[in-house]
Amino acid sequence: MKIIDLLEQTFLSLLSNKARSGLTILGIVIGIGSVITMVSIGQGASGTITSSIESLGSNLLMVSPGMARGVGQQVSAGRGGAQTLTLADANAIADQIYGVQAVAPQYSTRAQVTAKGANTNTSIYGVTEPYAAVRNVEIQSGSFITQAHNGSKAKVAVLGPAVVEDLFGEDADPIGQTIRFNNMDFRIVGVTVSKGGSGMNNVDDVIYIPLATAQQYISGDDKVGMINVQGESQKLLDQMEIDITALLLERHKIADETLADFQIMNQADIAASASSIAGTLTILLASIAGISLLVGGIGIMNMMLTTVTERTREIGLRKAVGAKKGDITIQFLAEAVTLTFLGGIAGVALGWIASLLVRHFGNTATQISPVSVLLAFGVSAAIGIIFGYYPAWRAAKLNPINALRYE
Amino acid sequence: MIQCKDIVKIYKTGEIETTILKSVSFQVKEGEFVAIIGPSGSGKSTLMNILGTLDVPTSGDYFLDGKNVAKYSDDELADIRKNKIGFVFQSFNLLPRATALRNVCLPLVYAGLDRNEREERGKEALSRAGLGAEHYHHYTNQLSGGQMQRVAIARALVNRPSIILADEPTGNLDTKTGEIVMETFQELNFQQGHTIVLITHERDIAEYADRIITVRDGSIVEDRKNTRKKIGIAGVDDRQKI
Repeated sequence: MKIIDLLEQTFLSLLSNKARSGLTILGIVIGIGSVITMVSIGQGASGTITSSIESLGSNLLMVSPGMARGVGQQVSAGRGGAQTLTLADANAIADQIYGVQAVAPQYSTRAQVTAKGANTNTSIYGVTEPYAAVRNVEIQSGSFITQAHNGSKAKVAVLGPAVVEDLFGEDADPIGQTIRFNNMDFRIVGVTVSKGGSGMNNVDDVIYIPLATAQQYISGDDKVGMINVQGESQKLLDQMEIDITALLLERHKIADETLADFQIMNQADIAASASSIAGTLTILLASIAGISLLVGGIGIMNMMLTTVTERTREIGLRKAVGAKKGDITIQFLAEAVTLTFLGGIAGVALGWIASLLVRHFGNTATQISPVSVLLAFGVSAAIGIIFGYYPAWRAAKLNPINALRYE
Repeated sequence: MIQCKDIVKIYKTGEIETTILKSVSFQVKEGEFVAIIGPSGSGKSTLMNILGTLDVPTSGDYFLDGKNVAKYSDDELADIRKNKIGFVFQSFNLLPRATALRNVCLPLVYAGLDRNEREERGKEALSRAGLGAEHYHHYTNQLSGGQMQRVAIARALVNRPSIILADEPTGNLDTKTGEIVMETFQELNFQQGHTIVLITHERDIAEYADRIITVRDGSIVEDRKNTRKKIGIAGVDDRQKI
């Protein structure tokens, strides 16, 4: 039998039962569509997480204060609750640890900031010059906090784009203007490039000021909130983590490592755990959608079995006029695969539209990868073959004598 | 042409063996019009299935055009059916929702012919079977019983078979239409030289053939020449055999 005849027969017999074919295809459309949508949501989330971790900087160790524990007390104030790290700790790390590229201590607080009648509540980071390089902060206009600003304890500020928008409006150039918080005026010297992000941890909603200024006028001591340490390479990070732990334990005079008053986070560990969370999310979503695809496949099998029963006499006749088992098998397989293939095309379109709608109205990043589209096609064709094979096999093994007399 | 030697067919249902055919032997020569007649349960349908290579004998040999097809595999038998045998069934077995021409061309699809060649041969077969050209593109469910059986006959002719097997071809037709269909078979035999084996339980119908084999309880009890029944169309029985 020729391919063209096979295709013609397939379409004629599918068209002869439009409603049933349509409903069966619908099952596959929903299955494939939901797989595409769910995977795009999962991959979008994973992409968001990955890019926000990458935006932190590369080869990064973050040393932050640990639990505060008074002498002889068992009450813990919670992680980060203590102010145990000092500028001297940061300098010691820079001087004594092998493999350090740069050290950027930071002091963090929040303040109500005003400028020309507008006001907002935002994060204030006291930083030094290396911070920009260590944490991947890029400058859009003006300059970042410099060594000189720190040396002179200058009242200057670098604004994140979200702060600029909140205080000065979109597309405004605030360089040279002043903002006010903690009863002090700060001159704006730079604006950073937007990194994207939203909600509580918006890295654009930040004001950077010199660390020395913050310590002098805001905190009044030499404590720092966090020490960002950039290693020379990824490979050195694990050893650096061990060395910094030993150094700080010694400096803080703590013998038992379990009582350490600081903690170190390795960026690679964060990235790995976050991407494994995102991967799990994607798998979870995909398997929920996969169930509907499976149900769609069973729908195909159900329809094909019904069709085989209905067309028993036709199968008998075809065998009587010379159709081989293979001819019958391929005919019914072709019908099943055509159904799933059509369903696959419509399903990809539906999934695409759905994920665009999710992006637009759900405010969630979605990412349609060509791989998931190809995979969906492959899966739908495979479903056609798998779920179509049994009915086709049943048709092919029908005894022509019985099939011809089937009522 | 057709040679059956000691054909035995035994069906097994669990432990019980039923012998349907007990050592049947006969020959059909090219151009013959043979009727196999017998009451129901005589084994004539089983014999027809074996002749049509829809079934294989339990033992014995069946030579079709010199080849012993008794031991062929399913796919080899399908090839034999495709090239050498044309079936006409009692219940027509036409594809619904398909035109007369499409039905006739079906065997040629499996023979791998092009559409144009198929349609040409399909039309030729339909005209030989006596269906008016105005019906070629009608759907089969729009046709009368007699017209449907003509389509079925055309389908049996289209692959130019060595032998046409007709299983109770008049069983679903009224007497008048049945006569017309039998006359068509006679024409195909007398004028066009087709070898026809007709299976029936009606003696009236068997009378159209020029040889009648009677089967009873799985054996041939009579094999005789028959002076064929005079057919309605004047002069047709006087025509020379081709």
